[in-house]
Amino acid sequence: MSARTLTIDGKQISAEKGASVLQAATEAGIKIPTLCHLEGVYDVGACRLCLVEVKGINKLLPACTTRVAEGIEVTTNSERLNKYRRMTLELLFAERNHVCAVCVANGHCELQSLAYGLGLDHVRYDYIFPRWEVDDTHRLFGMDHNRCILCTRCVRSCWHIEGAGTKNVAGRGAKSKIITDLNQKWGDSESCTECGKCVMSCPTGALFKKGSAVGESERDRTKLEFIVNAREKKQWNA
Amino acid sequence: MSEILATNRPLPAKPASGHASGDKRFKILEVHIKKLQFKQDALIEVLHKAQELFGYLEDDVLLFVSHHLKLPPSRVYGVATFYHFFTLKPQGEHTCVVCMGTACYVKGADKVVAAIEKFAKIKSGETTANNKLSLLTARCIGACGIAPAVTYDGQVAAKQSPEDALAKVKSWMEA
Amino acid sequence: MQIEDLNAIAEKHIGSRKKIIVRTCMSAGCMSSRADAIKKNLETAVKEQGLDAEVEVRRVGCMGFCGQGPLVGIDGVKEKEILFEHIKPEDANAIIASLKGVESNLEIGDPDHPFFAKQTKIVRANGGIIDPEKIEDYIAIGGYEALHNALTEMQPAQVVEEVTKSGLRGRGGAGFPTGLKWGTVAKSPGAKKYIICNGDEGDPGAFMDRSVLESDPHLVLEGMAIAAYAVGADQGFLYVRAEYPLAISRLQIAIKQAKALGLLGAGIFETPFNFNVDIRIGAGAFVCGEETALMMSVEGKRGTPRPRPPFPAESGLFGCPTLINNVESFANITAIIKKGGDWYASIGTEKSKGTKVFALTGKINNTGLIEVPMGIPLRQIVEEMGGGAPDGRKIKSVQTGGPSGGCIPAEFLDTPVDFESLAKLGSIMGSGGMVVMDDTTNMVEIAKFYMEFCKDESCGKCIPCRAGTAQMENLLNKIIARQATQRDLAKLEELCDMVKNTSLCGLGQTAPNPVLSTLKYFRNEYEELLQPDKFGPAATATK
Repeated sequence: MSARTLTIDGKQISAEKGASVLQAATEAGIKIPTLCHLEGVYDVGACRLCLVEVKGINKLLPACTTRVAEGIEVTTNSERLNKYRRMTLELLFAERNHVCAVCVANGHCELQSLAYGLGLDHVRYDYIFPRWEVDDTHRLFGMDHNRCILCTRCVRSCWHIEGAGTKNVAGRGAKSKIITDLNQKWGDSESCTECGKCVMSCPTGALFKKGSAVGESERDRTKLEFIVNAREKKQWNA
Repeated sequence: MSEILATNRPLPAKPASGHASGDKRFKILEVHIKKLQFKQDALIEVLHKAQELFGYLEDDVLLFVSHHLKLPPSRVYGVATFYHFFTLKPQGEHTCVVCMGTACYVKGADKVVAAIEKFAKIKSGETTANNKLSLLTARCIGACGIAPAVTYDGQVAAKQSPEDALAKVKSWMEA
Repeated sequence: MQIEDLNAIAEKHIGSRKKIIVRTCMSAGCMSSRADAIKKNLETAVKEQGLDAEVEVRRVGCMGFCGQGPLVGIDGVKEKEILFEHIKPEDANAIIASLKGVESNLEIGDPDHPFFAKQTKIVRANGGIIDPEKIEDYIAIGGYEALHNALTEMQPAQVVEEVTKSGLRGRGGAGFPTGLKWGTVAKSPGAKKYIICNGDEGDPGAFMDRSVLESDPHLVLEGMAIAAYAVGADQGFLYVRAEYPLAISRLQIAIKQAKALGLLGAGIFETPFNFNVDIRIGAGAFVCGEETALMMSVEGKRGTPRPRPPFPAESGLFGCPTLINNVESFANITAIIKKGGDWYASIGTEKSKGTKVFALTGKINNTGLIEVPMGIPLRQIVEEMGGGAPDGRKIKSVQTGGPSGGCIPAEFLDTPVDFESLAKLGSIMGSGGMVVMDDTTNMVEIAKFYMEFCKDESCGKCIPCRAGTAQMENLLNKIIARQATQRDLAKLEELCDMVKNTSLCGLGQTAPNPVLSTLKYFRNEYEELLQPDKFGPAATATK
């Protein structure tokens, strides 16, 4: 197994060849904000929160899909990066209807905690206030599209881990929507195995267990990682 | 011995042919899918053919495609709604597609759209209540030399003024 | 098929030619004005006037001067071609009668018009000359010779070398050196490699690739085959927009004909080289012009881009090394192989070699397609070739590069048209759309037009592009409705910077360009619309 040495935020670290910059940073105890990244499923580099600066490259690169290379110098925390990260979150808050006070995920929401962490105290853009429905037709789970940030973590865990392919993205642009089968009610889905992995994956309160009240939606995401490691790497002790 | 084995073995289920409704178009679609060797990467080709046959992609058709290509229905629906060219709603008897590419836009295509919208009392992307007319806009049909271009039922017409377009649309509505 | 067979086809075809050729433009533009009826009537007229033995009526592709269409060109009567403009089907008799010297009052174009005279044709050399639906026509002008030469006389590495020497840069817009790309794919390890021709010409106001595909499909196929040989691929895909039905049907015909003659398929020219081409039809998504999105679409998926690296050259279609070039890039290849990289490099400027096809449209007298050497001043294109703005108006700006490009104001018309000079002005070469705007055009409206386009075409995968374009459009609408303040303008500029630097793919990264370039040159038009800020002067937008 060959290793690569690199510098992240001035710290010399070594990482396995083929590892992502995000993995290398996490191992070295350096926290990079992420939203669409989920341990256990493949990365798509879509949320742009983990963008980092690499010396000598004038484009910002997503840490989750960029592989480590010998001698690169990575900056994960700069005035400019944090400004862009705050703006990305502002855009998300303005895009759909995120009302923390009445959300099942309040206090356990990745979007919320990222906003706290980056010191975001208000949104400067006009709220779009789109009308999105809530699908509560499933026996066990619900989906509130108002709180969806289109990270596609549920789509990926449904396909990659469960293998059901019940969820996918329909439409495009701001009209994109997470669907069940042929855009039908979740309760009518024939392919859903009711495994709940999508609910476990959701970073916000968009997917929830029925019956949970405000702030009750805690999720054990390590289970997803455990399954994948057990299955693919034959590692039963995650 | 081998004969016994062969007879005892349950016969493989005959692949479902056509569609329960007996609609012949499903049969044609099936032949097309076969010609494409049931390849999953041919999904867009298959959807083109399906829309050509049915005029639009209803749930039944999407499900048929999904079963025949062995793709999750959500994948098929996701692809069908990603591309502008596919429509999941039935279209009117006639379609009028106004090109809204830059060249057409600077030469007044927006006024053509506005005139038809006002006359037919529909917005672009909609079909009139009497099902005579669907009004659509295109991103650029590459006929910039003859801007503004409008496609009436598949026929491209050059240098259209709001009056030209209205005359054509009126003739359809009154027919 | 061997070279002797190819020559025999050419000789036979040339031998069967008639003295006079009446060429009818049957490209999408002229077709919309009933070019098919014109051709039919011309054929009837030839028969009726008893000229069957001397006159051939030929279907040809785009002649370029689309604004004057439908066009009919005649060779073999005078030294230069005679060009009839604005022809109607009922003019057919008069045209044929004119061959016998009967005077007509039809509109005749000037073949020495700067619109034609200033062109240098490489890509469009056969456009409007040959019948795009007859492979013999293409072979008769030396078609597939370059492929033969490459296969029998050159090593793959030599082909790459020749393309590198030519200095050809990607004609899709970004201008990446083509030879370098080919070299990378050639060196990438892998038993299976693919060639993709990007014919998803999505820029509104651009139709260069459509015209090439409709007028000279074999030129593109031959270019692809040479590329496949150079990089070691055996399968190609031609991705064409569904909006171009004529191009699709002509390509289908061309592929069938080439296969029948063994110019595509297995063992081409009796060498071990195999190459097949399949057409993939797009379905109306601008983002599919982006190479990684296009590959997703070829795989039958939602056309969403993915981060690069890995680049398609290492891991592309179905995870295999893939060479992806635009139609016009492939259309340059045969000429480079035939005449050499040095010859090609002698045209154009130091860093931008060869020619570029532009679609000249908008508020301009002569609309159509032109092919000019790189480095030609913009003024020559719009004023001499294009004949300036109609109705005596003044040209205000020229938009290049579509939704990813920018508006070049009239004061910079003397800028040479090449990759670097356009970039310096805040625009891009783009794929070749050139939309002229006169002094009646409102630049804020234009910026909004493009932003709305990008918002609608955003695939929705990454947040900056999906939500950022929506907010930018909202801010532009507010400005146009006179409801915005300096503070909003500052927000808009800040968003432009953010979306440009953080978006996943080229669509988002360039979406702010039309706003940035109009702000750069026409800022006053924005400021005139602003309202006084109730809360005092604009604070800096972020903390």
